[in-house]
Amino acid sequence: MAERQELQVQKKREHESRDESTVPARMFVPTADIYETPEALNVILEMPGVEKNNVDIQIKDGALRVEGRLDLSKYRGLQPLYIEYNIGHYARTFQLSNKIDQDKIAAEMKDGVLSLLLPKAEEAKPRTIRVK
Amino acid sequence: MITAFADPFDTLFQLQRALEARTASDWLQSQTASQGPFPPINVFQQGDDILAVIELPGIDKDDLQIQAKENTIRIAGRKTVNYPDASVHRRERTFGEFDRTLSVPVQLDPDGIKAEYRDGVLALFLPRAQRDKPRNIQIS
Repeated sequence: MAERQELQVQKKREHESRDESTVPARMFVPTADIYETPEALNVILEMPGVEKNNVDIQIKDGALRVEGRLDLSKYRGLQPLYIEYNIGHYARTFQLSNKIDQDKIAAEMKDGVLSLLLPKAEEAKPRTIRVK
Repeated sequence: MITAFADPFDTLFQLQRALEARTASDWLQSQTASQGPFPPINVFQQGDDILAVIELPGIDKDDLQIQAKENTIRIAGRKTVNYPDASVHRRERTFGEFDRTLSVPVQLDPDGIKAEYRDGVLALFLPRAQRDKPRNIQIS
């Protein structure tokens, strides 16, 4: 398919929250891929610059909220000369339609990409019913 | 020192404002426009030296190629996204090949260039050549 497609820069979308933040700093929405297998829901989020210890994952009222914080100390003492993208923390919330087994959620962070495996709760899994 | 206790959010805000103010900078002019705008590059000055920070999440180190010649650095590679056969609900991440050249308007020391890829961010440390650094001139 698109093996040699030319990559374009995706403009960072700003995170809009219902609650306003107390500081005027910006938060961005990480780009995401979501796919579903019979057993689980997989959410992949791109959060470049976020260390694995600075990721917060929460499920509350059927909503999955992911937050990634940037380590700003690396930018200390640097003078910007030429800028193509802005930096900031990341946050995104998804409404979950399936029942998720919260105790079995697995998360992996690698090269700025967060992979979340959300196993479906027993009652939400598809099952075959034999007709007698 | 008071600065050590400054609000971390405030630092981010200030940094973002500094970045914003520089987006219109003509420092590199059209010099970086090689093939395609991906990946996005930020260039910082660190003392005498230059630091290029490139956002490239989810790349295998073996798929990334960095070449340096005089004051030009080429960043080429391939970004792949692989998923098992499943029903896809959302597809926002991009993938494909990229090739970009960055030319900086200062002389570089090609042997001193260092690259580091961590947490999806590529940092290129570009030291300025000794002969390009300003030197003090004694008045006789």
